[in-house]
Amino acid sequence: MDELMKVIHDYVVKEYLEEGDDRVITEMTPLITGGIVDSFSMVSLKRFLERKYSIRIPDEDATPDEFDSVQRIAALVRRFQQSQQVGA
Amino acid sequence: MRNLPGYAELTTGFDWSIAERELGYKPGDPINIGWMCSDRLCTLGLSKKPALIWEDYQGNQKRYTYDDLRTLSDAIAGFLMEIGVRPEERVCLFMDRIPELYIGFLGILKTGAVAQPLFSAFGDESLSVRLRDAETSAIITQKKHLHKVRKIREQLPFLRHTIIVDAGDAPLQEGEVSLRMDELPKLNNFAVYPTSAESPSVLHYTSGTTGQPKGAQHVHYSIISQYLTSKWVLDLQPDTVYWCNADPGWVTGTSYGIIGPWANGVTQVVLDSGFNAGRWYEFMETHRVTVWYSAPTAIRLLMKEGADAVQRHDLSSLRHLASVGEPLNPEAVIWSQEVFGRPFHDTFWQTETGCIVITNLPGMPIKPGSMGKPFPGIIATVLNTRTFEPIQEPGIAGLIGLRPGWPSQARGYWKNEAGYQAKFKNGWYLCGDRASIDSDGYYWFMGRDDDVINTGGHLVGPFEIESALLEHPAVAESAAVAKPDRVNMEVVKAFVTLKRGFEPTDDLELEIMNRIRKRLSPLAMPQEIEFVDSLPKTRSGKIVRRILRCKEFNEPVGDLSTIMEE
Repeated sequence: MDELMKVIHDYVVKEYLEEGDDRVITEMTPLITGGIVDSFSMVSLKRFLERKYSIRIPDEDATPDEFDSVQRIAALVRRFQQSQQVGA
Repeated sequence: MRNLPGYAELTTGFDWSIAERELGYKPGDPINIGWMCSDRLCTLGLSKKPALIWEDYQGNQKRYTYDDLRTLSDAIAGFLMEIGVRPEERVCLFMDRIPELYIGFLGILKTGAVAQPLFSAFGDESLSVRLRDAETSAIITQKKHLHKVRKIREQLPFLRHTIIVDAGDAPLQEGEVSLRMDELPKLNNFAVYPTSAESPSVLHYTSGTTGQPKGAQHVHYSIISQYLTSKWVLDLQPDTVYWCNADPGWVTGTSYGIIGPWANGVTQVVLDSGFNAGRWYEFMETHRVTVWYSAPTAIRLLMKEGADAVQRHDLSSLRHLASVGEPLNPEAVIWSQEVFGRPFHDTFWQTETGCIVITNLPGMPIKPGSMGKPFPGIIATVLNTRTFEPIQEPGIAGLIGLRPGWPSQARGYWKNEAGYQAKFKNGWYLCGDRASIDSDGYYWFMGRDDDVINTGGHLVGPFEIESALLEHPAVAESAAVAKPDRVNMEVVKAFVTLKRGFEPTDDLELEIMNRIRKRLSPLAMPQEIEFVDSLPKTRSGKIVRRILRCKEFNEPVGDLSTIMEE
């Protein structure tokens, strides 16, 4: 797991994983489908990522599919880091 | 599609005794929802018919016949009685969408106790408020949610039993007990408690504008209208494979996720998974779902995913689609006709009504965007907001009113008679929503008449959110209002003034959001917090949420002169 994925992983475990949920979260664990993060909670996760990485994720790109694993979230962040650097 | 007579023919001379006869119920006899949804189907020769096919997000499946429902609910009832649960005591179900939730609901009812399902995503504060108010005696939950119960245990002097369905070998504390449903001993000749028509059955908490959520008290006779509306509105037939998306923590998930379908003896499928369009379509394809009861928020998320996602699956089994929770926008009706070959039928009702009251019946021409017409046996109108007299002219907005007396009408709010009586004016029950009726008798939703926020089809009360906001050390005052949202229709937005010494930063906003999400629920979490210098108030200091809400919706505030003088 690279540094970006680790930051996302640790935030998800700290903020969204229920205290009594003993699942081990990997970069591939389904977060939305697995009921760990729901579509309402996604908003706070998106806000965290935008602040942490100084990016803006348009609402149309913040879909349950894109947030369904640590790996997918990391890919989304990288995509906007690159496009927003190019655009800067 | 069932051959329902036309609307006029259905309505003329309608009487709820149709449902009584079909259910084999004679007024004055004992009636128990738990028995009606399990044992009764076995007496009709459906013992071996699949009643529940459950699947989780990983594809693991469990299957239960109607005889399994009967024996397992008997066993759960026996377990509860043995640990001392008594008739009319409240037993909370606080679980994800696992079989124990559905079957446990029937088991509780078979003891004569009151089932109190609560959404498993509720945080400890939301859980505490509802359990304290109901003086709940027992709670059935899972390991993953146990920490919330333990955190509030000392606030609940009435709670005698915490029952964990997947405890395994985990150490338990005093008052906690393990229940493994599949290992419970089978009981022969279990005697279901002889509840009567007016015996309390289910307590569903619902949010209002003022105060904490209120417990809408339902009775066993509610099955009469839940059964018939399921049959006619959802078109449930003997060969139906039915999927209701709703969580049984909310009234849709009990009225139409347990009682209605099982009273009709259909096969019900349940997917315990978060939203994923592909997974949902795969699930419907695998199980050949024929009737699907969903919600506008979910439908809009599916629309976002597009028609391609639908076309990758064979959904030709779908025969009838219906929707609930908030008004279904016309685009969604048109889209579903295009991609599924049939439209979603909007249905309108609420926790207090217990069943669908205004609806688009199968076969009835749909006007996209309309709620439909009153279900037979429901006398509905729109009322003048000052006189509470029915408005006769088509197209004029008023308050939706229902003539009291339908079978599943909530009999009261738990320990809140004044709150309940306030829902009635001039002989009409007020839903709290505004609508107009067109010249064809179709109802058109215009909005809530109060400050309640309808987010993703669930009502959230501002008071609960504001109270939780005020617990944050930085917050001086708060107001929670609805903000428009393309997917959820509305989401919560909070306006906050800060105490001296605190700065309005992005980090503080996120911290407060997460705090509310964990204490209350993801639904109640403000999706935006605006830090302001002051909040609009009346002369006496009451916050006027309407001003803030109207700004969010770009609507005129209207005449505030009398309000501001209060």
